[in-house]
Amino acid sequence: MTTIDAPPARVQRARGKRRSHLLTASDKATLGVMAGVPTLIQFVFIWAPMVLSIILSFMRWNGLRLSDIKATGLTNYQFIVQDYPPFWPAVAHNIIWLLFLACVATPLGLLLAVLLDQRIRGSRIYQSIFFVPVMLSLPLIGIIWQLMYARNEGFINNIAGIANTPAAIDWFGNPSINLWAALVAATWRHAGYIMVLYLAGLKGVDPSLREAAAVDGASASQTFFRVVFPAMKPINIVVVVITVIEALRAFDIVYIINGGKNGLELIGALVVQNLVGEGQVIGIGSALAVMLLIVSLVPITIYLSRVFGRED
Amino acid sequence: MTDRLQATGFFPSQLSRRSMFALTGGVTLAGLAACTGTTATAPAASGSASAVSGQTITFGSGASDDVPKRAYQAVFDAYTKKTTNTVKVNTVPHNDFQNNINSYLQGSPDMAFTWFAGYRMRYYAAKGLASPMDDAWATVGANFSDGLAKASTGDDGKKYLMPMYNYPWGFFFRKSVWAAKGYTAPTTFDDLKTLCTKMKADGLIPIAFADKDGWPAMGTFDYLDMRLNGYQFHMDLCAHKQSWDQQKVKDVFDNWKALLPFQDPNSLGATWQEAATTLGTGKAGMYLLGSFVTQQFTDPAVLADIDFFPFPAMAMEGQDAVEAPIDGIMLSSKAAGNAGAMDLMKFLGTATAEDAYYSIDSSNLPVVKGADLSKLTVLNKKCADTIAGAKSISQFFDRDALPAMASNVMIPALQTFLKDGTVDTANLEAQAKSLYASQ
Repeated sequence: MTTIDAPPARVQRARGKRRSHLLTASDKATLGVMAGVPTLIQFVFIWAPMVLSIILSFMRWNGLRLSDIKATGLTNYQFIVQDYPPFWPAVAHNIIWLLFLACVATPLGLLLAVLLDQRIRGSRIYQSIFFVPVMLSLPLIGIIWQLMYARNEGFINNIAGIANTPAAIDWFGNPSINLWAALVAATWRHAGYIMVLYLAGLKGVDPSLREAAAVDGASASQTFFRVVFPAMKPINIVVVVITVIEALRAFDIVYIINGGKNGLELIGALVVQNLVGEGQVIGIGSALAVMLLIVSLVPITIYLSRVFGRED
Repeated sequence: MTDRLQATGFFPSQLSRRSMFALTGGVTLAGLAACTGTTATAPAASGSASAVSGQTITFGSGASDDVPKRAYQAVFDAYTKKTTNTVKVNTVPHNDFQNNINSYLQGSPDMAFTWFAGYRMRYYAAKGLASPMDDAWATVGANFSDGLAKASTGDDGKKYLMPMYNYPWGFFFRKSVWAAKGYTAPTTFDDLKTLCTKMKADGLIPIAFADKDGWPAMGTFDYLDMRLNGYQFHMDLCAHKQSWDQQKVKDVFDNWKALLPFQDPNSLGATWQEAATTLGTGKAGMYLLGSFVTQQFTDPAVLADIDFFPFPAMAMEGQDAVEAPIDGIMLSSKAAGNAGAMDLMKFLGTATAEDAYYSIDSSNLPVVKGADLSKLTVLNKKCADTIAGAKSISQFFDRDALPAMASNVMIPALQTFLKDGTVDTANLEAQAKSLYASQ
């Protein structure tokens, strides 16, 4: 590799025409493959599906022949907003989901990280325990929470002594409760994820900052909120973006509880209900997916511009 | 469709596959169709009608569970004993088969495939993705009741299905519980309500009910609609030839409202298996479900104690209509004019084939006249007689209606109704209009 041997300053100057002369034919071929394959994969699995989804969201199609595709303009969107009863509850639930993660789950993860950063005994064990939910597979999560929440056999109702009585709380079936039950399950997983991110962040904070704060006579909470927390700004941005994205794509836990019905409607679940299986309505499912995509673009754009914007 | 097998719990493989699908979304589906879309209706074999020997008939099967799989094998063993034809079986996991049926039928389908009666059968027939089998029906048609024949007919009047088995929906109850309290099976809706009142006073949950998965409540809707407005109206409503926004539909829900206080109030969090347990333990008086409810009673003493009565009569047609989903075999477009495939259909419509199937899988009911019924339990015999005596057979809402109507519209609507007793028929009509238009 000729470019590697060259001193950095020369490479900088060698931009443009002259740079290409430094590459042999096989270098070009290698670079072409290395750039081309990911681009192709990206195109086939990300861009093409996305563009097709957007196109299909303006169409009406039974999924059979391509000639059956009919343009309908904004009909699918109009249907979703006006006539599709689960849509607005789903929007509300996604917002509740976001608020709950932002106000409860994420701060809880931060709290766990701060506590575990104090070199308490068994810190590693606690870390592992809190991180386990992040690693568990979805069916297992479903079974665990089924064991917790089941009406007559579940742990919670039995501890409360109301199992097998008419007063037993129907955690999954009661539409005014089941969203909160699902949110507790989501928090259980989300907090562990955030905790790991902040643990890494806390380790990265320069210890001299804390020492300086201590010398200046700052209390522990002042040190944390005024010095350490602002110093973790890069992590904070990542955490905010992750929280928003987790709230938008929330789907798996409600899907495993009851498929995203009866009080657990979320946009992500509605997309799947409309696109997969026999209940398939391609146009409406695609329109829901496009709506979700547009909303998701906001935090993603902010994140990317933050991460890459500064470097240029 | 919202299948009862699918609804029994957590399905790890299913879930991961679905989450994968969620990511790539409609687009994968679009891709599939793009690959297969153009080959739709080319008939594959030019039939030389005389050569019914030495042929290979391909058979696509969604019967992936062990028992039905072996049962179909027994049928084909019986067939190949009789002829020189061979049957090549291609078994696909149950849920995959059902979910991918669109691309399967347009791609390179097998000549014959497992499917069921109802809207989807007629839909594929109308789209030219299935071949009629009137030749076979001309030979074996006399083996089937009128209800079965009607349910096997497409919109064009031709026969598209060879029924294999079915099972009825009705009220199941424990004989010993009823004998102790002196209850008798009601034959009219008023009797049913009186019985429910009595049961409630006796401290029972009159009607066990479960609708966590959404589909079981459709059975109650189907029966109420058929009994109030007649079989044909129900079929037309399912096919959206009737509007949902009319008094007849509102009447269905109004009558249901009279039953709501007698149904288990915790239905929205319970699966049918849990509801069956309340019946088995004698907490509930009766349970309107398919006869598969008996799978849940593993104790032979309880199982022997289970009895059945058909849904009581209301305004129209007495108890003539029975909800009894029929599973059977269809021919794909590839089998058009293929004498071997037609020959297999003729065989499937005989008692010999039925007996071979039933010798392995006895959880469903044989449908062919002349099939050996001596092995049936007393309860199954009763179920079979009820179906045999039916003038019309409905298939269950998610088979009679557009699947999207069933899973995306009816499930949320019925769950809302169970929750607060209200239903917005104007909205049901608006949704139906949009969904049926995209077919």
